[in-house]
Amino acid sequence: MIESKVSYHPDQRGYYGNFGGAFIPEMLYANVEHLRKCYLEISHSTSFQEEFNSLLKDYVGRPSPLYHAKNLSKKYGATIYLKREDLNHTGAHKINNTIGQILLAQRIGKKRIIAETGAGQHGVATATVCALMGIECIVYMGEIDIERQAPNVARMKMLGAQVRPATSGSKTLKDATNEAIRDWINHAEDTHYIIGSAIGPHPYPDMVTRFQSIISEEIKSQLKEKTGSELPDYVVACVGGGSNAAGAFYHFLEDESVKLVLAEAAGKGIDSGHSAATSILGSEGIIHGCKTLLMQTEDGQIVEPYSLSAGLDYPGIGPLHAHLIKSGRATVYAATDDEAMHSVLEISKMEGIIPALESAHALSVLSQMNLREEDTVVMCLSGRGDKDLDTFVNYLEKKENG
Amino acid sequence: MDGTTIENRIKESIQKNKGRILNVYFTAGYPKLDDTVQVIESLAREGVDLIELGIPYSDPLADGPTIQKSGEQSLKNGMTLETLFSQVKQARVTTDTPIILMGYFNQMLQYGPEKFLSSAADSGVDGFIIPDMPMYVYEEEYYTLFQKYNLSISFLVSPMTSEKRIKKAADLSSAFVYVVSQSSITGKSGEISPQQISYFEKIRNILGDHPSLIGFGIHDKSTYDLACTYADGAIIGSAFIRALNEEGDIPTLVHNFIKKIR
Ligand SMILES: Cc1ncc(COP(=O)(O)O)c(C=O)c1O
Repeated sequence: MIESKVSYHPDQRGYYGNFGGAFIPEMLYANVEHLRKCYLEISHSTSFQEEFNSLLKDYVGRPSPLYHAKNLSKKYGATIYLKREDLNHTGAHKINNTIGQILLAQRIGKKRIIAETGAGQHGVATATVCALMGIECIVYMGEIDIERQAPNVARMKMLGAQVRPATSGSKTLKDATNEAIRDWINHAEDTHYIIGSAIGPHPYPDMVTRFQSIISEEIKSQLKEKTGSELPDYVVACVGGGSNAAGAFYHFLEDESVKLVLAEAAGKGIDSGHSAATSILGSEGIIHGCKTLLMQTEDGQIVEPYSLSAGLDYPGIGPLHAHLIKSGRATVYAATDDEAMHSVLEISKMEGIIPALESAHALSVLSQMNLREEDTVVMCLSGRGDKDLDTFVNYLEKKENG
Repeated sequence: MDGTTIENRIKESIQKNKGRILNVYFTAGYPKLDDTVQVIESLAREGVDLIELGIPYSDPLADGPTIQKSGEQSLKNGMTLETLFSQVKQARVTTDTPIILMGYFNQMLQYGPEKFLSSAADSGVDGFIIPDMPMYVYEEEYYTLFQKYNLSISFLVSPMTSEKRIKKAADLSSAFVYVVSQSSITGKSGEISPQQISYFEKIRNILGDHPSLIGFGIHDKSTYDLACTYADGAIIGSAFIRALNEEGDIPTLVHNFIKKIR
């Protein structure tokens, strides 16, 4: 019997199963269509590959280590490896994508770069590559996020980027993304939009996933070196829009023995009305140009999410992830603000690594996974916690004062 | 595919006033939830040819600040699709002016496409503009449903749309082709540039007889007149919403605004 195999790659129109596509106003069609036609050819070209790989190595500092976290392993009763994306230049995985996209933007002749950012990591990573290449950079950021991620705002400004506050809606990542898309409509001819996650109209989810896939490419060879097998039992990653997860999963998608785990932000609790557990609370619909799972009302109004973590505070999820979840290839767990904060402290004290609040969500779900002694788990430590110090300090003070 | 077979109020109205069509947009449930009917009736009384009723949306990607804010206010006022359909039904008691709903594709999907179209048709809606619904999706999945409920659709073209695609938009648009005047979101209010004029001329040459209206940035008499020179008429949105914000009762505000346009 021939089994029909589920594909984890987008078809011609950008669908992963039921999810994906490009649902955009006509004013963006020409740009998105042009990207669709050229992104594979350009990113596979020798000159692109050489420049991309050399920047990842000498500028970003790749490969990022795969670290055997012995203390966490003991605590959770399995062998746990941390993929140290926090050690990248600018402090998170986001730069893998912005390097790829800036090289692409140059090759299609764009003179101006825009981006959205939540935690500010993608904004910093975009401002960084724009500084490097001498290209004008405008970053949209929700007014609330500008407050809670102040160090990253300062960094973006130092790097020469203009940070524009998004003041509509919940004033967070969703609204920053709306503003960036509107800017793109207004400047369609000269501007490239560097989306920061595996979201948006096709080809963005696939493009971002491919640029981030260096994460799983390295995990495979590093794990082989350390354990003799390139396949772990689990790969775990937090998911906002899904770029670090997509990158950490990519080269394992067809290795069905490897279980893929997504950690969503439950905020104050899944049923609290203050949550960003998108796939659990969401239903099929369209957000920012793609069909996927999102949090919405019966009337199709997009619901404002909540998470203490700005990078996970997004009401949608990438279409690849929606497909992985619905087809059973990936499993989702959620962690609350409190659980994530607990994990931040745990990784800090047990391993001497202060993680980003986003990344800590991935650790928080380990206890829900029924791990066995013989399991090997790779957890994507997507970023470092410097940007969150204010949030950590405020949280701890509040706890102390009851 | 022949997209022009929908015989309804829109087609009649366009035929009657081709060349001087005035299509006025406003957001349903704005300024107050129950103002929808009065604004529709006032516009009808002033003799506008088409009324475009915006369904407020949480994430209106193609819209500028004026329409965004009106939508936010309308949602705060408690607007829902259910309420909107009942308001249209109420307006239909007194007015026959064609009503076109403008909304985003997610609203139609989430409500259920057939229920969405049948409720709209039932209430007296004549057509739709859904700027983020791809043409192929309409063609392959919804063309038949739009036919079934005798609802028209209009697709957008912009300065970056290729000739082939402009023809496709014309083929599929059963009401009119929506000519977006510049690569921008709604609400810009500058003069019309020579570049835009040559773009309008190009579109007119490609479209031939197919009805078209120019929208985005049409905000006063001179931009309306200019649009009428290069297309069958114009769509005014943000400028009208700004007028609704002024002091005064709705019939007077609407009267004064339309009088200034034509
Ligand atoms: C450190 C870190 N991890 C994770 C995320 C979530 O994004 P994604 O799901 O695209 O990886 C962010 C987003 O800002 C981030 O800064």
